[in-house]
Formats: sequence, structure tokens, C-alpha cells
Amino acid sequence: MEKINEAFELLLKTDRELFQIIFVTLRMSFFSTLISCLLGMPLGILLAGWKFKGKRMLKKIIHTLMGLPPVVAGLIVYMLFTKYGVFGSLNLLFTVEIMIIAQVILITPIVAGQTLSVSSVGAKNLLETAKGMRLSNFKIAKLFIIQNKASLFSVVLTAFGRSIAEVGAVSLVGGNIQWKTRVMTTAIMLETNKGNFSFALALGIILLLISLVVNIIASAIIKQEEEE
Amino acid sequence: MKKLLAVLLSLAMLLSFAACGGNGGGETTVAETTVSEVKTPENPTIRMSTTTSVNDSGLLPYLLPVFEKATGYKVEVQPAGTGAAIQKAVDGNADLILVHSKASEETFVQDGYGVERIPFMYNYFVVVGSAEDPAGIKDSANAAEAFAKIEKAEAKFVSRGDESGTHKAELKIWGENVPDAETASWYISAGQGMGACLTMASEQGAYCLTDKATFLSNKDSLDLEILLSEGEDMKNTYSVIECNSEKLSGINTEGAKALIQWLTGDEASALIAEYGKEQYGQALFYLIEE
Repeated sequence: MEKINEAFELLLKTDRELFQIIFVTLRMSFFSTLISCLLGMPLGILLAGWKFKGKRMLKKIIHTLMGLPPVVAGLIVYMLFTKYGVFGSLNLLFTVEIMIIAQVILITPIVAGQTLSVSSVGAKNLLETAKGMRLSNFKIAKLFIIQNKASLFSVVLTAFGRSIAEVGAVSLVGGNIQWKTRVMTTAIMLETNKGNFSFALALGIILLLISLVVNIIASAIIKQEEEE
Repeated sequence: MKKLLAVLLSLAMLLSFAACGGNGGGETTVAETTVSEVKTPENPTIRMSTTTSVNDSGLLPYLLPVFEKATGYKVEVQPAGTGAAIQKAVDGNADLILVHSKASEETFVQDGYGVERIPFMYNYFVVVGSAEDPAGIKDSANAAEAFAKIEKAEAKFVSRGDESGTHKAELKIWGENVPDAETASWYISAGQGMGACLTMASEQGAYCLTDKATFLSNKDSLDLEILLSEGEDMKNTYSVIECNSEKLSGINTEGAKALIQWLTGDEASALIAEYGKEQYGQALFYLIEE
């Protein structure tokens, strides 16, 4: 117990740096989630409702990529953006932007796969009805989103959780640079490497609290909308 | 599909070759022991908590099989930064430690966790950087002078920033002039292992303080050169410490003693002195003469 107290005292002392780390973490997770959902959800909906050539293959690829190890996603991005890599001239290595790119590669398949699985049944029924009513594809997609709002929302939260808890890819491409690309998970990793196990654990608890707060706010927004 | 497979395969092979480059060239020179029958010790597992540099440079993978073959012990190596390596031992999860941070080692022994600090080998830290050497540190008398030049030029410098032995050595060289990572954007505090920091320095054309062994074993994949070596403020001493069974429970004292005796003995000394000569044309570690 004494050790935990000590850890929290230390936390307060380093609060300015801690707030900066939390800010970077939230910025990264927000954009990773946003972009992955913008790419993954349409893909998932497309796979759930529409028939097209190569659909089964695409499904298999997405399901395989859902198990992509974060380090591998990081490695791929690293090799593309390294000094002599294809995109080396962009000078993006060790920035928050590249951390978002790596996470988008990692999370988009998860969003697509989950969107597909939460909506396969509903999509078929909806599609049949909509065809009978001769609705345009755009209108069908819109109807679909409204109908599956709750489950799509849980997909967003999964993406966010994945992003905020991820360490393998972001430490590799972000570099865990103090005051720049250090996020909560890489800070925890660093404190563990230093041997400050209780401080690392305290940081872990803070990370969970942040996740909890984000979840509560998000649920409140959704609930309010449902009531309206 | 076949084409894709071929591309993937060659990519994987390329990557594995790159990984092989990081090996200290140990495996080819492991001495043959001719002991016909080795009795397995009662408690055959030795847990060794150690700094990454002796493991990543390939020294331990080169030495330990010889010890294991001769004695029947099995050594479980847990490589980590010096801070974590010591903390694991404090928590009772190691039988001995092999690290390189004098002050932390002395505290470890004073607090009763370690029996005795035995310095047994050393090498030199080196300052590496791009061949252009933007701050012109090449002719500096020692690391402190080189660091002052880097600070004056505000040339990029990658710091371990992880309270490891190397980081502590770096801080000691800066002395009172440690740059503030928040305001000095050229001072990059990476908070990662030596290999990751060297890669970062290479990517950014930055300077970095590193142990020579890790640098030489990663050199092929780096765009860096040794710019300064063997200054009097750059000595890097490694010690072994047996964990104290009077303070900690479950310590394999016999195993720890056997391994320490072997590491500081003639056979290991001869092997250590030879290590690296074949691959790099120079020894990576030197013995401390008694």
C-alpha cells in the first residue's frame, strides 16, 4: 500500500509531463479511431449487404488481418517510412502522425470484421425490404446505419480501446520520445524497464480510468440521442 | 498469387538475414568441451537478470553454452535495462545479476540484496554519429568536451532516457549541463533500448552514446560511425553480484556461485578476451586484471 501511495505522489509531481502524455494519447487514439471507422465501417457494411465478385476472398483477408500482430503492423510502416524507404522523404518517422497510420492499418480490419459480424443478419432483411421498395444504395446504407446504431457504436468503442491500449506498433514507429511521441502505454513500458514497477502500475490505472471516462461520455451521448 | 508468394518469401529471407547480422559471431567459435558425463546439479536452473548489452551483443549466447555443457546447469537469461534488471532481483526473481551501473550496484549490495559486487570486465562507451559530424566532435579529448560541442551546435542527440547503465553514464558525462528535453528539441529522450536508440540516431543523423559491443554488432544496418572512443570518462565496467539468500527466498545460491566462479575464472576469461576478434577484428570486452 505504501508503495502505491508513493507511486501516486510521484504522479502528482510529474503532472505536467503526465498531462502532455495523456494529451498525445487521446489525440492519437481519437484520430486512429476516426479514420479506421471511416474506412472500416463502409467496408464492413458493403460486405454484409452487397454481393460482388471476390467477396469471399476479401472476407478471408479481413479476418486474417484482424489477427495482425501490432509489432508487424509497426514493422511494415517503419520499413515504408524509414530514411531510405518508399516514403522516407516525407520525414514522418517518429511523429504522432505515423503512429496514427500504423494504428489505422492495425484497426481498420478489426472495425470492418466487427461491423460485418454485428450486421450480417439485419443487413440481409433490410436489403430485401429495400429492394422491394426500390430504394437507392445510398438510402439503404443510411437506413442500415440508423438501424444498427447501437452495435456500430460498440465497434467504435472497440476500436478506441484497441488504439489506446496498443504498444507494439506505436513504440516502434513513434519512438517513445519524451515530450513528443510518448503515450501512456509506452510510458508504462519505459517505467517497467526502469524497474519502477509500482509507478508503471499507477500509470496503468490512470489509462484504465481514461478509458472509463471516454466510455461513460460516449454512452451518455448515444443515450441522449436515442431519447430524442 | 505465386508471384506474391515469391516476393513475400524473399522479403522474409531478407529480414532474417538482417536479423542474423545482429549476432556477435559467437556461434562458430564455441569451444568444444570433452566432458563425457556431467552430473546434473540438484537445482539445475540459474536465473540471471542482466543488462541488454551483454546479451544483445551476443556475449552471453557465446559464453553460456560452454558453462552449461561443462556443469549441467541451465541458465535462464532475463535481459532488461539495468534498472529493471536490478528490480527483478530485488523482487526475488533472480539468482544473480550482471549489470553495469556502479552506483545502483552498490546500493543493491548495501541494502542487503546482493552478497558482493565483483567487477570482472569492462569496455568503452563510444560516441557515434553521422560521418558528416555536424558538431565537429571528432578530435575531442573526452566525451565531456564532445558533448559540450554538440550542445553548442544544438546538433541532434539521442539519449536512452531510461535510467539504464548507459543512460546513467551519459548523465554523468553531461554533469550539471544535462539538457532539458522539454525545451531543447535537439535532445531526443527516447526511453528505449540501445538498439532502438541507435536506429533512431541513424534515421535522424543524430549523435548517440553507446556501448561499443552493441554498436559493432548492429553496425551494418546503421548509417553511423564511431566518432570518439576510449576517452577516460567513457569506461564501462560490468559486474556480477550473487543475490543474497539471507534476504531473499528461493535463491539458487550454489548455481549463482558456480556461474560467478566460472565467469571470473580462466576458461571464461580466455573466451571473453577472444570474443569479437574474428568478426570485428577487435575484442569487445576486456578483462579486469586482479
